[in-house]
Amino acid sequence: MSKRILSVDDSTSIRQLVQFTLEKEGFEVVLAVDGQDALDKVKQGPVDMVITDLNMPNVDGIQLIKALRADPAFKFTPIVMLTTESALEKKDAGKGAGATGWIVKPFKPEQLIAVVKRLLG
Amino acid sequence: MDAQKNLYREEAYELLEGLEDALIELEQKPGDLDIVGRVFRAMHTIKGSGAMFGFDDIAAFTHTIETVYDLIRDGKLSVTPDLISLTLSACDQVRSMLDASSGEARVDDAKTAAITQSFKGYLPGQADAKDETQPGKPGEKEAVESRSPETTWRIRFKPQKELFSNGTNPVPLLAELRGMGKASVVCHLEELPDLFALDPESCYASWDIILTGTCSANDIRDVFIFVEDVSDITIEAVDTGGASGEDSAYKKVGEILVERGDIAREDLDQALTSQKRIGELLVETGAAKQSAVASALAEQDQVRSARKKRQTSEDISSIRVPAARLDALVNLVGELVTVQARLTQFSAKKNDPDLVGIAEEVERLSAELRDISMGIRMLPIGTTFAKFKRLVRDLSAELKKDIAFIMEGEETELDKTVIDRLSDPLVHLIRNSIDHGIESPDTRLAAGKTAQGTIRLSAEHSGAHVLISIADDGAGLDAEVIRAKAVEKGIITAEETLSEQELHSLIFAPGFSTAKNVTSVSGRGVGMDVVRSNIESLGGIVEIQSTKGIGTTITLKLPLTLAIIDGLLVNIANDSYVLPLSAVVECVELTQADRKQAHGRHLIKVRDEIIPYIPLREVFTVNGSIPPIEQVVITDLGGKRIGFVVDRVIGQHQTVIKTMGNLLKNIDNISGATILGDGSVALILDILKLMQQTEAIEREV
Repeated sequence: MSKRILSVDDSTSIRQLVQFTLEKEGFEVVLAVDGQDALDKVKQGPVDMVITDLNMPNVDGIQLIKALRADPAFKFTPIVMLTTESALEKKDAGKGAGATGWIVKPFKPEQLIAVVKRLLG
Repeated sequence: MDAQKNLYREEAYELLEGLEDALIELEQKPGDLDIVGRVFRAMHTIKGSGAMFGFDDIAAFTHTIETVYDLIRDGKLSVTPDLISLTLSACDQVRSMLDASSGEARVDDAKTAAITQSFKGYLPGQADAKDETQPGKPGEKEAVESRSPETTWRIRFKPQKELFSNGTNPVPLLAELRGMGKASVVCHLEELPDLFALDPESCYASWDIILTGTCSANDIRDVFIFVEDVSDITIEAVDTGGASGEDSAYKKVGEILVERGDIAREDLDQALTSQKRIGELLVETGAAKQSAVASALAEQDQVRSARKKRQTSEDISSIRVPAARLDALVNLVGELVTVQARLTQFSAKKNDPDLVGIAEEVERLSAELRDISMGIRMLPIGTTFAKFKRLVRDLSAELKKDIAFIMEGEETELDKTVIDRLSDPLVHLIRNSIDHGIESPDTRLAAGKTAQGTIRLSAEHSGAHVLISIADDGAGLDAEVIRAKAVEKGIITAEETLSEQELHSLIFAPGFSTAKNVTSVSGRGVGMDVVRSNIESLGGIVEIQSTKGIGTTITLKLPLTLAIIDGLLVNIANDSYVLPLSAVVECVELTQADRKQAHGRHLIKVRDEIIPYIPLREVFTVNGSIPPIEQVVITDLGGKRIGFVVDRVIGQHQTVIKTMGNLLKNIDNISGATILGDGSVALILDILKLMQQTEAIEREV
């Protein structure tokens, strides 16, 4: 069974890039437009990994990671955050909230695949 | 990817419009930092997304502009009308790049360069121009570094207990390291508490990984990038693979442990006074943990083999000689060995101490010469293995199967003639594994296996033989299907009872094919019996071992060389015969009483085991009287034990094989001849054929 990955981003192009890249590698990708949408989506079915942006309207990435980690079902789920070079504090905040790893934007599809494989095996 | 590119293009056009508005606004209010921020963010997004969607030209172009606006944002530069016009023309340039990417127009590269140059003029001195690395290519910097030579790394990965709490699973990390080269992983579990005290959500394990590969320390650190905050990671090069001429010896285990700080020097010195192996001793005395020693041993082992491999690869790269010359050399050495045997025999008869001395000298030299010239003909089997990679790749693509192909023991050496004749049978066997063995991904998943199948081709030495096995984790053989097919084809009768092993062996019978459909790959039913006869003509044996649903392993047992074998010299009446020593298990006596006990059947009881035997006297119709006590040479042929009855066993004999002449070539049960020390000829028995012939005769009876 292919692994399900939830991609959370308010930018359509990033969401699509993540989806396109990972589906080509045989993963199933679920999309959410922001943190709130993501929390709704995970209620519909389990996911094996979450890739989330940090800057989002409604519920932002940090809040999303905290909310997911508080849920026993997501205690050990790998969560990857998308950060920018400039936002170091954000990265640390994300790590503090329980993010497993990060990808610095801009990233190439190969980098995304490498990180997903490193965390999902 | 095109849909993605379009998406970016649309987004970028929108951003450019917003950017132009902001620029015009900025021209009115040059000091407004909010507007500068808007310009910066728009540039940043165009650059960032551009790099992600493959618009490297745009990313590179906008990088300098972004840098300039970053300086303005920080108050280090002020906005001028010139800068605004320049930025606007840059916007036009980006737009033309976007147009060009959809194939509408061409970009004026000179203009791009000119604008970039003008922007660079705003940067205060190129010296502190920040981050001149290519934008949009993060992480690719490493790739530019020249590939380091093969290095052995000692990596110690000791995560904190909280490792799991951020969703990290260490297993894929170790798997990633394994993918980077030859890795030995030793796990330390000393900190694992009692079950009562165990918190299942904590990580108590730590790992030592010894990795030999062409990766750099940065590549390795990259693997651990997400866990470096929550683990102690040390990466040290223990063997850098530079200088040649070093010997393959590496530090003693004790020294490695001291160097790593696992034990104290005194502990080592004390331990060294005893005779036991240092590793065992350190564990016994409690100076070092079992896993610490295991880890040090792994390191020692791996560095030694890495150095050895380097040495051999240096040796191999020395000289090329036409194969025909080598064959001629081996022939001559063969004759020399024969003459030497005669000399030894003659000198023994003359009883002249001087002559005996010379004969012994010649014997020693010719033995050395023989070993060396045989060694020259030996080639690593990897040369043959390499071409199978392509075969597996092409065929698995054609058949839409996902197959990992693993090769082991490529360095195993075999006589060139054997390797040459081995290629075709191996192609057949690997094709069969791909076609009949490995199932389609869907079938595999349904059976609870991984979608990717594995074929493992390995070679190893086993005495005077080389074992080559092709193992797949596919469907395995279905004994019932084989039985039904064999009955249908008339190979066996419906009443015959056969063991599963015997049923499996039927796939080597002539005219047998179990595939339901004949594909372009295999299944014409001419394969397996040809494979068997090819291997047998090399003096080898084919064994098959299969479990339904688990997989199939086919093992080829081949002699190291075809030119000289270790033989057992025996006599029947006045004639000499040679049996290949590698097949001989033991020799027992056969008395008249034994024969009576078996009531005329050719069976002998050896330590409660009934072993059938073939009286060679009858096979070769040798006349004369049978001696009262005969000898039975018991041999092992692919698990089957069978005896050969001879008059006398003379002993071990270095047998230089001469092929039979044209007239005698068709005699099946003789594989060749050899010349003995006294100049007489001994026939080399093909014991496999002898056994099959006898079996065939028994069947008819």
